[in-house]
Amino acid sequence: MTGATGPAVVELRGADKVFSNGMRGLAPIDLCVQPGEFVTLIGPSGCGKSTLLKLIANLIAPTSGELGWWGEGFERVGQPGHQIAFVFQEPTLMPWSRVDTNVRLPLDLDHVSKEQAAPRVDAALANVNLTGFRRHYPRQLSGGMRMRVSIARALVTDPDLLLMDEPFGALDEFTRNRLDDDLLRLSFERKLTTIFVTHSLYEAVFLSTRVIVMAANPGRVFAEFRVDEPEPRGDDFRTSARFAELSRELSKILHAASVAGGAEA
Amino acid sequence: MNEPHTAFRTGAPIVVGLLILVLWEGACRAWHVPAYLFPMPSAIAGALVREWPVLLRALGTTLLITLQAFAIAVVLGTLIAFVFVQSKVIEASFFPYAVLLQVTPVVAIAPLIIILVKNTSLSLTICAAVVAIFPVISNTTIGLHSVDPGLLSYFRMNKATRLETLLRLRIPSALPFFLAGLRIASGLALIGAVVAEFVAGTGGRSAGLAYQILQAGFQLDIPLMFAALFLIALSGVLLYLLMVALNNALLGHWHESTLREEL
Repeated sequence: MTGATGPAVVELRGADKVFSNGMRGLAPIDLCVQPGEFVTLIGPSGCGKSTLLKLIANLIAPTSGELGWWGEGFERVGQPGHQIAFVFQEPTLMPWSRVDTNVRLPLDLDHVSKEQAAPRVDAALANVNLTGFRRHYPRQLSGGMRMRVSIARALVTDPDLLLMDEPFGALDEFTRNRLDDDLLRLSFERKLTTIFVTHSLYEAVFLSTRVIVMAANPGRVFAEFRVDEPEPRGDDFRTSARFAELSRELSKILHAASVAGGAEA
Repeated sequence: MNEPHTAFRTGAPIVVGLLILVLWEGACRAWHVPAYLFPMPSAIAGALVREWPVLLRALGTTLLITLQAFAIAVVLGTLIAFVFVQSKVIEASFFPYAVLLQVTPVVAIAPLIIILVKNTSLSLTICAAVVAIFPVISNTTIGLHSVDPGLLSYFRMNKATRLETLLRLRIPSALPFFLAGLRIASGLALIGAVVAEFVAGTGGRSAGLAYQILQAGFQLDIPLMFAALFLIALSGVLLYLLMVALNNALLGHWHESTLREEL
């Protein structure tokens, strides 16, 4: 599969999380993500998949254990070759700014000059097919388009690691499929490493090279599931017998995970 | 869709106003209501024209005090709000005193201020500013706190400085709240100016509209009283419209409050 050429993009060694109220969010986790992988985190509510993603984004610190990014600490993140972008559940755009200003935000915060930023913003908008909407305000866009702006804002930094926390959860299935197609194309073209949280097992099968199934009480890795389908993938894959077969297998593992976590539903 | 809607919004209140004036005039004439009890609109208009130079100067005085007080309230109120959001401790310690300022009626503190401050115009301005400052403080404080937590995390993740977060995130987020505060404060500044002048009862060349009302009352010149009252109300409406225009100019592109209903 993806040959491990350099150090792992992200590595967790026994990282866990106990919240300030004493609740154990995550049992110690070992995880290693190689360059070019598309890893999906899936599991019932309360399994700690969002917490795990926040640990990886350094939004929260582990209670014990260690994390490494490209074999180093978080201080080096942000430098060329060590860029992380995060896409939230919500588009989280600035409503007072036009689409292009929203996309330019991470470059502005990184003190990139307007002249240097402009072609990058154009390219990012073209990538998500929003070139014609650059002067629109977020409120003038549909939910799916807003999410694409959010993705463009992530792509504009030319990330090496893309973290996505259920980005398409609030969208209808049709829009979600379209965005999944776009995302897969982009991550293939740009050789992105992506870690993606989702509730949808079909989305997990369609996108991933590897699915991490998690269980609750306490949050932990329950099983790993590989999807050995070559890229690029498209509607042919989505409607194939192999896709149905993989989905059924994953569904069984997910069921076992929810039983193991004592989930009611 | 937009044109007839706007025309309707301006036209309808004007038609209602004219209708009330006609009924008022008609009723006063039909029942021969004496002008010293309840003057009819034509008598009020007459008083307005007859006493125009005096009224105009009084209007100027009242408006000057209102605008000075409003400016002080906006500048000082915003500064205080910025100090409040710097720390929870500061806000918790001082906010109750801002509330205290708000709940104490201006009529009750006006005599004290008038005694303490020799300059009449200044003392009236202070009274009006005291009334107007609270909505600016409380709205701006709430506004500066009302930041999308997702965006705040995003700024943190991108290593934004405190100043960048303030300028690019907190201030734009606070703007709609701040402007709503201004709208309330502008009206309160006018009320404060009028009430303070009633308490002070200052006459002479620097007399405002409140003094004209007092004087007209003593002289039983009720049409003049109504004329002065009309000018106060008109000033209030104009101030309000000015604030609405400012609101639309600053938020028109993006904020929900300026969205017109799609008919």
